[in-house]
Amino acid sequence: MESSAEQFAFDFTSETAEIIPGERDELRIRLGQFAGPLDLLLYLIKQEQANIFDIPIAKITDEYLKYIRIMKRLDVSVAADFLVMAATLIEIKSKMLLPRDSSAEPETAVDDPRKELVDQLLEYEKFKSAAQMLYERSTIEKAVFRRGRIETDDANAEINATVFDLLTVFQKILLRHKKQVKMEIEREEVSLAEMIDRIQSKLSALQELNLIDFFSELNTRRELVTAFIAVLEIVRTQDLRLIQKQTFGDIYLRRV
Amino acid sequence: MTEKVTTESAKLTEIAEANRQCRTAAEIMAVAEALVFVSDEPISAKAISEIIGEDKETVLAALEALKREYDERQGGLQLREIAGGWQIATRTELHEDIRKYLKTRPSAKLSLAALETLAVIAYKQPVTVPEILEIRGVQSASAIRTLLEKRLIVTKGHKETVGRPMQYGTSKEFLIQFGLKDLSDLPSIEDFEDLINQ
Repeated sequence: MESSAEQFAFDFTSETAEIIPGERDELRIRLGQFAGPLDLLLYLIKQEQANIFDIPIAKITDEYLKYIRIMKRLDVSVAADFLVMAATLIEIKSKMLLPRDSSAEPETAVDDPRKELVDQLLEYEKFKSAAQMLYERSTIEKAVFRRGRIETDDANAEINATVFDLLTVFQKILLRHKKQVKMEIEREEVSLAEMIDRIQSKLSALQELNLIDFFSELNTRRELVTAFIAVLEIVRTQDLRLIQKQTFGDIYLRRV
Repeated sequence: MTEKVTTESAKLTEIAEANRQCRTAAEIMAVAEALVFVSDEPISAKAISEIIGEDKETVLAALEALKREYDERQGGLQLREIAGGWQIATRTELHEDIRKYLKTRPSAKLSLAALETLAVIAYKQPVTVPEILEIRGVQSASAIRTLLEKRLIVTKGHKETVGRPMQYGTSKEFLIQFGLKDLSDLPSIEDFEDLINQ
């Protein structure tokens, strides 16, 4: 990834103009503040006081690439998205340099190579403003305090179990299972879908399913693993919750 | 014997019915206020109506009247509608003194990336990761992870398309943390367009 960034710098920033070290730090800080390439682009357009519907693409591309140079020091996965935008800008710039067919119709908005980018920027800008609104709302909301929790049986009864609690239980069961020496002659194949069906049919009969009990019914390690994945899948995709009635207690699967 | 029991229980129901009819508007307001007070989460008018056996409209009217009372009094508390329910909370302008007492600071803020991602999810839900990428122009994986950890978003099943990508939507916790009655309480996304064009 780093090497591709280098290559990019080589291809598109052949000018010698380097940013002096003092400024570099300042820019680095600023780069960290951008939420993405579109954010940076909007900032540059505003800096240039340019019209978003008539972006001076050559100027903005140069400015953008100047920032990209410092990007190399940043998180690679972020830099990758910024590089995609650099390529897009250069592509648009080159398209705009192509001589226009004089016999063609006067240029319509659709023909403008900048059109797609402008649409993307306008769409993005709406969500950027929405993010700002959310920020203000949450700030106001943080100034509002509610009464503390009242200690009731109900409030104490359930502790939401996490995946890690579930893993601990699963490990216990595997250990217990290891102790029983058994001969596995025939491997019974249970698919994930079958296991999910099995859990569901059990759940429809009962209000809630104790996972320890359910896992104990299973015989092979393979079945256990399938069952474990089935539980995760079922919780992820359906209106089901894992509930632990007390700390270190048994975990139940329950319909919400 | 059986007949007698039946008539007696019928009589009791009748009395209960009569009592219910007798509850004055002030009494409904009082019990509604008490229930809002003890509830940990915002409590809905429907939940209150089921508990006290009054119809939802009556309860709603009582809550509205109660809210006006709170507002007129200009006291330390407010009654407000949030996340599909009602809640008693302190007034915004008192936060400095409350923080001094609680010795708390405003909790950690979301990053710009997380806020943007949350905005896209809030307005476009249910929405997939590639769809978020298209709008933001940047990978949002770590922002999504943060939002899931903070329980501001939830998974909304798979989209039935190539690769069956996971879809995300906002949670009830999102409504609570951002002080929203429901999703329609969000300003329309087109309003932001007007704001930008100004």
